[in-house]
Amino acid sequence: MTQAKKLDSILDAEINNPLSLSRTLFSRGMTVIAFALTALALLPLFAILYKILGEGLTHLSWEVLVSLPAPVGVEDQPNGFANAILGTILMVGIATLISVPIGVMTGIFLSEFGRENKVITNSIRFITVILSSVPSIVIGVFSYALIVVTTKAFSSLAGGFALGIIMLPVVALTTEQALKLVPTSYRLASAALGGGRFQTMFRTIVPSALPTITTGILLAASRAAGETAPLIVTALSSQFWPPLIDKLGEIMQSPIGAETISKLKEIPETLLTPTPSMSVLIYSYASSPYKEQNELAWTAASVLLGMVLIASVASRTVTRKRLQNR
Amino acid sequence: MKPKANLKAENYTDKFLENAAPEIDPNAMPALRVQDLSFYYGTHKVLENLSMNIPHPQITAIIGPSGCGKSTFLKALNRIGELEGKVQIKGKVEFFGQDIYSQKVNINSLRRQIGMVFQRPNPFPLSIYDNIAYGVRIFGRKSKAELDEIVESALKSAALWNEVKDDLKKSAQGISGGQQQRLCIARALAVKPKILLMDEPCSALDPISTMKIEELFQTLRQQLTVVIVTHNMQQAARVSDYTAFFNTDESRIGRLVEFGPTSKIFTSAGNSSTRDYIQGRFG
Amino acid sequence: MTNLSKTPKKKTRQSAEINTAVDLTDTSGEGLWMESGFTLFVWSFALATAGTLFLISAVIFKDAWPAISHFGLSFLWNPNWDIGELQFGALPFIYGTVISSAIGIIIALPLGLSVAIVTSENFLPVWVRSPLGFLVELISAIPSVIVGLWGIFVLIPFLLPLQQSLFDKFSWFPLFSSEPLGPGMLPAGILLSIMILPTVAAISRDVLISVPVDLRSASMSLGATRWETIFKLLLPAASSGIIGATILALGRALGETMAVTMVIGNSIQINKSLLAPSYSIPAVLASQFREALEPLHIGALMYLALILFVITLLVNAIAVLLVQLIGVKGAKN
Repeated sequence: MTQAKKLDSILDAEINNPLSLSRTLFSRGMTVIAFALTALALLPLFAILYKILGEGLTHLSWEVLVSLPAPVGVEDQPNGFANAILGTILMVGIATLISVPIGVMTGIFLSEFGRENKVITNSIRFITVILSSVPSIVIGVFSYALIVVTTKAFSSLAGGFALGIIMLPVVALTTEQALKLVPTSYRLASAALGGGRFQTMFRTIVPSALPTITTGILLAASRAAGETAPLIVTALSSQFWPPLIDKLGEIMQSPIGAETISKLKEIPETLLTPTPSMSVLIYSYASSPYKEQNELAWTAASVLLGMVLIASVASRTVTRKRLQNR
Repeated sequence: MKPKANLKAENYTDKFLENAAPEIDPNAMPALRVQDLSFYYGTHKVLENLSMNIPHPQITAIIGPSGCGKSTFLKALNRIGELEGKVQIKGKVEFFGQDIYSQKVNINSLRRQIGMVFQRPNPFPLSIYDNIAYGVRIFGRKSKAELDEIVESALKSAALWNEVKDDLKKSAQGISGGQQQRLCIARALAVKPKILLMDEPCSALDPISTMKIEELFQTLRQQLTVVIVTHNMQQAARVSDYTAFFNTDESRIGRLVEFGPTSKIFTSAGNSSTRDYIQGRFG
Repeated sequence: MTNLSKTPKKKTRQSAEINTAVDLTDTSGEGLWMESGFTLFVWSFALATAGTLFLISAVIFKDAWPAISHFGLSFLWNPNWDIGELQFGALPFIYGTVISSAIGIIIALPLGLSVAIVTSENFLPVWVRSPLGFLVELISAIPSVIVGLWGIFVLIPFLLPLQQSLFDKFSWFPLFSSEPLGPGMLPAGILLSIMILPTVAAISRDVLISVPVDLRSASMSLGATRWETIFKLLLPAASSGIIGATILALGRALGETMAVTMVIGNSIQINKSLLAPSYSIPAVLASQFREALEPLHIGALMYLALILFVITLLVNAIAVLLVQLIGVKGAKN
């Protein structure tokens, strides 16, 4: 009897004994620290968003989105950065035209041709990943050396080219992921019907993966839209509309005829001038001594951030949905 | 019921039996003549020294325990195995006299002639109509009228027409599993192959769908050669004219043990392993 | 046994009825050109992508050559940068790049690990963990120039009183030995930490999650507390992945341009004080490149670009290989 009681009291003591003070303190303390540091990590995000919404939205107006910059100090002219918005769209457009065909094909290579050529595929994939981590300023300098020097002009072409190289690895890698998500059974079924690689890819696999590929491109484009450093050394900036817009305006306004063709031929050279962009605008207005420009920098930041965040969230939702639907 | 005997593989490769079922003209060219086929994925041997002649137009069933290479054999016949790994073969496979592994062969033409239906139904994420038209469109343009006709006849051959004819634009992924498998059969038939390979086509289906597909075999056997891998012995017995028994041993290499008319295999197989297997699974 | 006797089979079928004359070697027409063309395109574009990296190296090296041949390796430790005298050296920029990145890592590592632990362990309910992780990753989506903008107008004014008091009280300590001007090494390091934190957090989180649950259970069933498990078991088990994440973050920090340019103060003086303005390679490229006229100036800038390119290449290659190796090991487990 006493034996059992003794055992009981021993066990009792063991189980019911609280942890030593030091262990408890350590445990509680670490939890507090971890949460504090996590909050600290999130703080800048909210601080930045708060500031942008506060400052940026106060000056956001239709006028700002559609007018050219007015000279500093001049009150009665409409002031805005519409030319920068168009410039960004133009150069991201050029970048997309360059990076999408090459990037998607590379993604197809990595995903479909990978089985037979493991070594080559892994090398190309590795190089592509490395390419995506090259600092954007280095890519800007590269574009400068390649295009600005040869065309003797700072231009939207050079800027778009630099952005294209920045987009390229992202497009390639997300395309590869997207294609790998398509069930193998489709490939087998198509091949069993006599479909060659090209047929199988473009009749079944790519259409199936298209939403994911598109959001990958969207994500890459939004990243490119936010890039500043490469544009500083390739496209500089400008106070005026990108000449392409002027040229397009001319073409639309004049009647269709022989003139149109000659005007169309003049388009390429419109790409060879310094071009404004949202990101460079923010940079130069931020460092400007003029308060109105500082304020406008915040407004431009809010527009740019809005575009980037929407693209980010949208692509994440689509990818997550596709992964769930498998 | 006798436990499944621990079957030791005898290196017994059967040639096409001389006293084959009298229905077949022995001088007729077999649909597929397999001569001493050994099949490797990379350096890993999966099948060894297979020889058999698959007659035309008959239904040949392939039976055997799991893992003995039946599916791999099927995939060697239309060269689909090459999509799943690096394939090497020794020996020869002839499709109506032409060596299918020859360098000169257009592999897509080959696959068009030898169709395949897979274990799990795999319709494309397209409409029913487009699924069937897929194979046809690959090989050239046809007018809408021609396509309509082909789709209808394919669906009828697969006994699916009445069930879907009112809404061919419906997504193929919205119909039941049994219907999807019949769709896949129709899809394969639409390009008019000479041979249809079926890899356990009913194993993922319910008994009623299975029955509907088995009913198809009556019409199919008049039109083309069918090679069907199946785990279901009753199905093999019901449906096929010829049966091949595959087996494997500790080496995990698949071998053909016996091949002959179904009636003979199921009642008085020549090989003792075959008899053991049939009785064990079937008695 | 099932009745196997079937209805009498049909008479001999003439196989001649069925047309078996099909030529498998027929390669005419449809699709063959498409096939070869397609394969050709895919191969050449894939090689082009890979080739871009080599093209970049070649072009930058070629344009840096005048400066390389002129200055040689002494460029790396020359602290002078005088545009007028055409005296160029990389040391101020290498110094600034390295120190600011170091500050960034020192701050980002504990913060990132905390986020990783909080979002992988069960301190919080599941439905909070994912959005939390998502928010942290959102930081990396913010363009660098916007972070820089915030840095100029919010962070620097905020830090100035702090920097001032550090100087007032601890100016004997070499790190705080200069009069703070606002922009400088410290704000730059802090901005970098903000930008690389998501990298550390996301990868560390993935690595922690992939540690098998059994290990946790084993440790807890021996009586260890959660935190003891984390420190004694999980972090060591995940250490190679965390190191990989850190190196990757370092690679990002080294190449970060805009945020740093806008707050680092752009001063060529090398100063051990963290409160003093400094310079980094990306920053000088961004500010001086477009106005550089002298070939030697441009060459020197290209030389700097080459140095940056090589450093980030090495750091990122090591990081990628490390993370890939972890992935393989993890999969094997």
